[in-house]
Amino acid sequence: MKSYDLLELATRNLRESKLRNGLTTLGIAVGVASLVAMLSLGVGLQQLANSRLAKSGIFDTVYVTSPREWNDDDQDKKQPQSNRIVDEAAKAEIAKLPNVLEVAPEIRVMTDIRYKEKSYPAFLGALPNSAKNGDAFENMQGTFFSSSTAKEAILQKDFAKTLEPNPNDMIGKEVVLRYAERHAGEAGATSQPDDQYSFSVVRREQPLKVVGIIDQEPFGGMRMISRARIFLPTEMADSLNMVQFSDVRSAASSDSGKSGKTYSMLVVRVSSAGKVEQVQEAIKKTGLRTYSIMDATKSLRRFFAIFDMFLGIFGSLALAVASLAIVNTLVMAVLERRREIGVMKALGAGDGDVKKLFFAEAGAMGVVGGALGVGMGWLIGRAINLGTTIYLKRQNLPPENVWLVPWWLIGGAIAFAVVMSLIAALYPASRAAKLDPIQALRYE
Amino acid sequence: MSSSNEVAVQAVDLVRHYRMGGSVIRAADGVSLEIQRGEFVALLGASGSGKSTLLNLIAGLDRPSGGSILVLGRDLAKMNSEELARYRRETVGMIFQSFNLIPSMTLEENVELPLRFAEVDRKERANRVTEALGRVDLIKRLGHRPPELSGGEQQRVAIARALVNRPALLLADEPTGNLDSRTGNEIMGLLRELNRSMGTTVIMVTHERALADQYASRSVHLADGRVVEEVRA
Repeated sequence: MKSYDLLELATRNLRESKLRNGLTTLGIAVGVASLVAMLSLGVGLQQLANSRLAKSGIFDTVYVTSPREWNDDDQDKKQPQSNRIVDEAAKAEIAKLPNVLEVAPEIRVMTDIRYKEKSYPAFLGALPNSAKNGDAFENMQGTFFSSSTAKEAILQKDFAKTLEPNPNDMIGKEVVLRYAERHAGEAGATSQPDDQYSFSVVRREQPLKVVGIIDQEPFGGMRMISRARIFLPTEMADSLNMVQFSDVRSAASSDSGKSGKTYSMLVVRVSSAGKVEQVQEAIKKTGLRTYSIMDATKSLRRFFAIFDMFLGIFGSLALAVASLAIVNTLVMAVLERRREIGVMKALGAGDGDVKKLFFAEAGAMGVVGGALGVGMGWLIGRAINLGTTIYLKRQNLPPENVWLVPWWLIGGAIAFAVVMSLIAALYPASRAAKLDPIQALRYE
Repeated sequence: MSSSNEVAVQAVDLVRHYRMGGSVIRAADGVSLEIQRGEFVALLGASGSGKSTLLNLIAGLDRPSGGSILVLGRDLAKMNSEELARYRRETVGMIFQSFNLIPSMTLEENVELPLRFAEVDRKERANRVTEALGRVDLIKRLGHRPPELSGGEQQRVAIARALVNRPALLLADEPTGNLDSRTGNEIMGLLRELNRSMGTTVIMVTHERALADQYASRSVHLADGRVVEEVRA
């Protein structure tokens, strides 16, 4: 039998018992909808987590330190063993590496902020220009730094609250930053005047204009050690020559043999998360120590793979139940159409034709049920998205899409429904094909 | 081989045994029979005589337990199920006591059904359906469904369906069994007319000796799965 005849006969047979076949198709649709709902929830959540993490800058950032700094307590044999320090030369070298977007020194110092004749101690952090795309600035009040050398500051909200009852009032106000400047090579500051690495400390003041208020500190290198309360543009902060932890350590150990400016850490922004490993390798070859969060995210991805699998299994259960409904419907159809099958065989239909007819009917129910189910799943997704958006709004949080139906899932779900339907038709179809026409025609 | 061209059906010592529980039913128990092309043969006998079994064996719906059955020189016992299906759609047309039309299909669709199995072109199909329905004088009702028709009309549709593939053999299983005698005579007349005008070999199972005597060119009497008497008209 030709395929269009097969399809025509199959659809006319399906229309014959509309209610039963309609309910069976609806069953498939519900199964597919639950599969689509579960999987797109998983995909959506994964996407959400990835985009959140990507925005936070976790994935595309590499931290560079000197191997001298952390040698003792690190067991990682992959890290280079050298005496190289993180200085201007290293910074320039890393900036030239392929796929490196930006190299910024990590600056974190204890400072004193004066505002309205009062003194407030605060950790200061520096923010490179690229930081403004991070998620911490999504809800920023005010603006980002006008330039990387501007004498401007962004305050952390809780800190701003200690200065003014309404933190947003701080925008446009001036604060005075009091810090310790490193004054290189000034005689009399140490007992060894010929030691080039020694320096003196001078107290300085720098007025700053507050331009923005942020809720929380963006992801950064030393964040886990101390949370910064006031942020300056990196270049500007760098030019202030503030005394840092690494300076103190360098001054105490005189084995550096080198003078000039050093950094405790460089923050390297990579063009994409996929290039992080490559950049890390290149930096390690220069004799510096690197760290990125990529290793940690491997387990996150594994978690989502397993999570998706479980959601998929739950979704498939409903489809499995639906395929039992197909078996039932088709077995019923075989019983009901015994005579018709007998007639068809007497008129010259082969066993194969009869079998194909039942497969075509099951396949048609699968296609229609699958398409219907994808539509239903999509609607459920919209409803869940709407629900979470309303919920998040009530919590004063920005809306998020926890739901994503990718194209492969639409095609895959329909294909899966068809395959399940065909598998369900295996038994009824072979039973119909094996039907003895004489018995079937005798049956009244 | 010239004589085999003239022989439509040749059964030699044909046996068909059924197992029912512990006992064996000898539905056909050594039937030998030869039917020439263009003959109109009536198979007569009481119920259980084996006449329907013989018809089903000729139709290729059943397989013999022993002996051989040749139709137009081809041994049905040696065919596999797909070959038998092909044989049924190319060589055999069947009509039944209860018509066996598909009630949800129009007359046109019912008659077209064998052409679908035979993979005949769509354009060609319409011609053949019209031709077949014209032959049984039901061309005006081709959009109707079987339940809207009388028994005689339904049987005429069934005949059209049996003829649409232009078979060499027309097999009829008690074609008048569900009809009153006047309509039954009409149907028998139609079968004889087709037998004469188209040269189609007709083999009919009936238990009405009078019909057989009136229309068939030969009557074959069966009892207990054997041929007991042959009467030429």
